[in-house]
Amino acid sequence: MNVPTMAELTAQGKQPDVLFWVGCAGSFDDRAKKITKAFVKILTHAKVNFAVLGTEESCTGDPAKRSGNEFLFQMQAMTNIEVLNAYDVKKIVTACPHCFNTIKNEYPELGGSYEVMHHTQFLKTLLDEGKISIEGGSYKGKKITFHDPCYLGRANDVYEAPRELIRKLEVELIEMKRCKINGLCCGAGGAQMFKDAEKGNKEVNVLRTEDALEIKPDIIATGCPFCNTMMTDGVKNKEKEDDVQVMDIAEMIANAQDL
Amino acid sequence: MQYLPNIVFALLLIGGVGFFIQNIRKLKRNIHLGKAIDRSDQKKERWSNMFKIALGQSKMVRRPVSGFLHIIVYVGFIIINIEVLEIILDGLLGTHRLFLGLLGSAFYSFLIGVFEVLAFLVLVSVIVFWARRNVLRIKRFWYKEMTAWPKNDGNIILYFEMVLMSLFLLMNATDIHFQEINIGNTISQYISPLFANLSEGTNHVIERTAWWIHIVGILAFLNYLYYSKHLHILLAFPNTFYANLKPKGQFANNATVTKEVQTMMDPNADPYAVPEEPEGEPEKFGASDVTDLNWVQLMNAYTCTECGRCSSVCPANQTGKELSPRAIMMKTRDRVEEVGKNIDANKGEFKEDGKQLLNDYISPEELWACTSCNACVEECPVNIDPLSIIMDMRQYLVMEQSAAPQELNTMMGNIENNGAPWPYNQMDRLNWKDE
Ligand code: SF4
Ligand code: SF4
Repeated sequence: MNVPTMAELTAQGKQPDVLFWVGCAGSFDDRAKKITKAFVKILTHAKVNFAVLGTEESCTGDPAKRSGNEFLFQMQAMTNIEVLNAYDVKKIVTACPHCFNTIKNEYPELGGSYEVMHHTQFLKTLLDEGKISIEGGSYKGKKITFHDPCYLGRANDVYEAPRELIRKLEVELIEMKRCKINGLCCGAGGAQMFKDAEKGNKEVNVLRTEDALEIKPDIIATGCPFCNTMMTDGVKNKEKEDDVQVMDIAEMIANAQDL
Repeated sequence: MQYLPNIVFALLLIGGVGFFIQNIRKLKRNIHLGKAIDRSDQKKERWSNMFKIALGQSKMVRRPVSGFLHIIVYVGFIIINIEVLEIILDGLLGTHRLFLGLLGSAFYSFLIGVFEVLAFLVLVSVIVFWARRNVLRIKRFWYKEMTAWPKNDGNIILYFEMVLMSLFLLMNATDIHFQEINIGNTISQYISPLFANLSEGTNHVIERTAWWIHIVGILAFLNYLYYSKHLHILLAFPNTFYANLKPKGQFANNATVTKEVQTMMDPNADPYAVPEEPEGEPEKFGASDVTDLNWVQLMNAYTCTECGRCSSVCPANQTGKELSPRAIMMKTRDRVEEVGKNIDANKGEFKEDGKQLLNDYISPEELWACTSCNACVEECPVNIDPLSIIMDMRQYLVMEQSAAPQELNTMMGNIENNGAPWPYNQMDRLNWKDE
């Protein structure tokens, strides 16, 4: 697929309107790469003038900071900020709430101020501007629940953009007993993704999957590559992978429009 | 001799209030053992938060049953305290129901009538609270940090309120003159028949006794606050005022680290220059003891109501991990208290006691179980932030002790070497487009 990089566009004397920050999961994780591609398909279809950093992108430093390694975090942050500022980036969109939170909230103090959007917010503006249309397609009439990522929801108070997109898919949006500000974590944040859990009697992702399975959805929608992994594992753990799918909102929108 | 009761009363009052003020001073000193942090911005939002959350109890009612009962007790307690003003003046001046003459019987009867109804409602609510703790045994009151003193404290407060409210009604019920004029005795009129068979003299003795125990009880309650989770009735106000207003996902950037990293990355810096030795002790990263936390975090600890709402929504706690955000706050308070007492005992200087918050109170296992999900912060009815303490302590573990779990060291090594938490080459970051 055709994905312009900042370096290429700059060489051609062009400047994109928005930078797509892919993130480490979106770049390397097999499941998350599908989300990345789905989002790129929508961007391309909507003729958005975008670019990625490609090999010039590096970890935002979120897992380092949340592990307590402030030094490594700031090294990553300042290296990234140098690159972003060199390309005079003004606006960033990302499909990862952790990258979203870090760049939006923690980079400005270190010299990197950008307009940062989560991909669901960005898709919502594309929809409002009439650049994309969303129809149900194969999702029409399905029961879908949305798992709020902590770093999108509580951390940044974004609850409605993802839900509005889901409703556009002509589906029945059902809510788990704990949702929005009360949403339960998937268990991946705070660098937990990269380590085994402490001693306990259950895995957090299994508990969260139980919340979801309780209301019998056809699809658990997510807006975070890490939540996606956690919920997918949870569904497998409960041996429900034949009945329930875990999908990112971008994937559903791309699929529904046959992109 | 005629003035003996007035004198006794005045001494009690001075003693009770004096001791309270002394404890408040200590509280202030202890909170300021914490580091400086500037929370003087956005005054308007801060006032509005304080009005909504502390005064308006907006976060309490997220749990409707306990929220509703709590509002009754809270409103009841504040309003009935107007009556305490009369009691104090009566006690000092040797008068009886001073306000009856001052305010006129119509208004006075209205006030006392309202106080009595409220006292009754508070009494009922407090009994329900007690039953929730001890009969229904609601889970969050039985976590493992809620044994010994914290468990007793919760019940003692309820007994205190039960006794105070009962005494208030009792003293009105046995005040024969008050019952005879039959105004404002909305509730006590139903209690006074119980004493109808007793002589006027006996009634008077009961009334006086109830009156004295009531005011002594109030002074005792006032002084109990400092030792109790009930301190929140005072601290909830400054605590909501000074709470964090930034997005919950934004964690503070350490300014010393920023300087270091900037120097390292400055292409004009002389690579062979001897780094400037900062004056005094080198800055310690993160927190291993309460004095490394900031004063807002320490005030948080003193404000904690030990309600356990935070722990009941914590993903780590719900899955049986050692971590309980309430315990983080309680342990922090216990340690500040210990440090405070140490300072008192050593003439204003802290004497090294070989203990610290980390390990002696809070274990690394608790700290590493946190997902930084902010559920505890969102849930706390008085805007306490247990997560910030957890993160500061993790920072100490990693930056001062290199004591991260092995897998996290691997992850951080990967970020350092190839810019991703996994061992993939940065040059492969765009490979997905052709896969
Ligand atoms: S932020 Fe940490 S302590 Fe607070 S609820 Fe989440 S996991 Fe528990
Ligand atoms: S931190 Fe807040 S929610 Fe948790 S026990 Fe204390 S007052 Fe309750």
